[in-house]
Amino acid sequence: MSIDVAQLAPLAIIVPFVGAALSLVLFHRNRLQRLVAIGSLVVSLAVEMLVLATSWDAPPTSVNLGGWEAPFGIVLIVDQLSAVMLVVSTIVSLAVLIYATGQGVADGDSAGPISIFHPTYLILVAGVSNAFLAGDLFNLYVGFEIFLVASYVLMTMGGTTQRIRAGVTYVVVSIISSVLFLIAIAMVYAATGTVNMADLCLKLADLPVGTQMQLHLMLLVAFGIKAAVFPLSFWLPDSYPTASAPVTAVFAGLLTKVGVYSIIRTETLLFPGEQINGLLMWVSLLTMVVGILGALAQIDVKRLLSFTLVSHIGYMVFGIAVGTAAGFAAVVYYVGHHIIIQTSLFLVAGLIERRGGSTNSDRLGGMARLAPVLAVLYMIPALNLGGIPPFSGFLGKIGLFQAGVDNATWQTYVVISGAVLTSLLTLIALMRVWNRVFLRTTDDADFPDPVLLAPSREGHWGAGAVQTLTRDEGGRQTVSLLPRLMVWPTAVLVVIGVALTVFAGPLFAVADNAAENLVNPGAYVEAVLGPEGAPSGPVEQAAGDGDSDGREVAP
Amino acid sequence: MSVNLTLLIVMGVLYSVGVYLVLERSLTRVVLGLMLLTNATNLLILHAAGIPGLAPLYTEGTDPRSYTDPLPQALVLTAIVIGLAVTAFMLGLIYRSWALSRRDVITDDAEDRRVATQSAFVDEEDADLPQDTSEFDDEQLEAHERENEQRHLRDQQYRDQEQKQEDRR
Repeated sequence: MSIDVAQLAPLAIIVPFVGAALSLVLFHRNRLQRLVAIGSLVVSLAVEMLVLATSWDAPPTSVNLGGWEAPFGIVLIVDQLSAVMLVVSTIVSLAVLIYATGQGVADGDSAGPISIFHPTYLILVAGVSNAFLAGDLFNLYVGFEIFLVASYVLMTMGGTTQRIRAGVTYVVVSIISSVLFLIAIAMVYAATGTVNMADLCLKLADLPVGTQMQLHLMLLVAFGIKAAVFPLSFWLPDSYPTASAPVTAVFAGLLTKVGVYSIIRTETLLFPGEQINGLLMWVSLLTMVVGILGALAQIDVKRLLSFTLVSHIGYMVFGIAVGTAAGFAAVVYYVGHHIIIQTSLFLVAGLIERRGGSTNSDRLGGMARLAPVLAVLYMIPALNLGGIPPFSGFLGKIGLFQAGVDNATWQTYVVISGAVLTSLLTLIALMRVWNRVFLRTTDDADFPDPVLLAPSREGHWGAGAVQTLTRDEGGRQTVSLLPRLMVWPTAVLVVIGVALTVFAGPLFAVADNAAENLVNPGAYVEAVLGPEGAPSGPVEQAAGDGDSDGREVAP
Repeated sequence: MSVNLTLLIVMGVLYSVGVYLVLERSLTRVVLGLMLLTNATNLLILHAAGIPGLAPLYTEGTDPRSYTDPLPQALVLTAIVIGLAVTAFMLGLIYRSWALSRRDVITDDAEDRRVATQSAFVDEEDADLPQDTSEFDDEQLEAHERENEQRHLRDQQYRDQEQKQEDRR
């Protein structure tokens, strides 16, 4: 074994950062900038796939940055959970980046001052990867801040009234949750003298129960705001829909899931006890039901999707609340499924907006005839999200319910029935969009959008589902309504969403491995502190004989 | 662990004033509140280091326990930099917000208000169509259509009114 592939994991952070720097330098050479951005994501995706393949059934591996030993230096941890999250998140960000590039090319905004999009986007990806790999709480905080600051810029890009208004809410709420997180870190450090998560796993257990509970709840509130868990979710449907389509898609797919990921780590590594699982159970029920009831009231497609996003976070919280290996395995699968499906739905919503001129379903109609491709691209993920049997949404939910029933209390049954109800209501909400936007004729739309009614120049549907029409009277500009570069990434994501069903076997296998490592934090601790690091002594001793060679032999 | 009481009181005051300001509707005050909150948190991290000792520069033969814990200082440094960047961005944001709307208060979401005021009645789902649709009872259909038209008209008027209100504001 000459080289340990897991040691390449930092590349998942470094490559996007280097790409961001390069593409910032190249801001006046649009074509090159796009190539650099897409290329760096392709490279980091390749690395991450390699890392996932090697960590498939291996124990967790730690990477010491700067050669410092574990409790002192910064460590990155690669286990199945982080590897899966990395791969899924990079697949999604790559698809969205191509989509956004396609949008930029089609609208000819290459001359505009928006060339800041690509660098910012890459920084966002780097921050998300950093959060997934972080082995200590403060590094997790830094990862959060990196992608949050990038997301502030992406959210308010263009600076229109609406985006600024929504952006202010988003930024203020995010800053407050970051401050809460930082306060929690300070308190954790004051109580234990370390921020290394493996070290904390050993030391937090020695604290008085009251202190533990307080630290636990502070971390959960901070992560709960990021993950949009029910009482802390009101900012999300207000702010996400106003951003541009690709930005909303990537936010919806990734940012809340980083919060969920952090909650998983908190519940398994830092506070593995069950004191709070009952609370999480109720929170998950409320998140699901309140979220989906919000979705039913919406007319705007993007807002409706934002509410379903909130609602389905509840499923993940439910799996975490169950707290068994089966529960965590189902959560890992469900998170992967949800990232891909939710992102593809938002991308389709962006295409609907392009083709129909609006995402307000009052202004839309007849899209199934105008753009059959969109109808297919919408229907598949919609059924998937609603949990119709062959699709991955169904498999994930079944996994969650099974894990719940295995460990049943009456609360579990209440939450499961709430979850089934939510799944049906999701279907209703999404099918209402289907009926209004796709199925009814254009004439039935209450206030049809002019773009929807505009006659298409070509008048027929080519195989490529690409239509151009002249928007201006003088015919100055021909705008492609459904550019290939936007339709294809969406289609690929939809296909990947279907592939989640086809390859559910191996995926559940890796999810099982991940869950196995999650419920036995010992392996994680050993990877970071070495086999002898386990005794819970003061920091000074634990590091002195930390055994770095033992770590390198991971298969 | 012992702490510096003065710093602790300062921290408490910063937190309370910060929370008070963040709850305001004026954006400038919210920014000021956030600045106070981040700085109070920086103080909190410093407290986590315990009592101050010698500067944490390694010298031969010094008792390790007499140094100040250097890690919280490193954390504070990072937190300060992040706080600076975020504050700068917020200032840019509220300047832009002011340039667009000439007002310093956060505005309501129009879509939120619209959803809140919409009626529970949806035409295509709740309209009571004539039961027997195979019989073309013209009168009934016409009456129904008239009713629908009126409803649309009312709806349109309502929206116009709302728009006007919005513009006035």
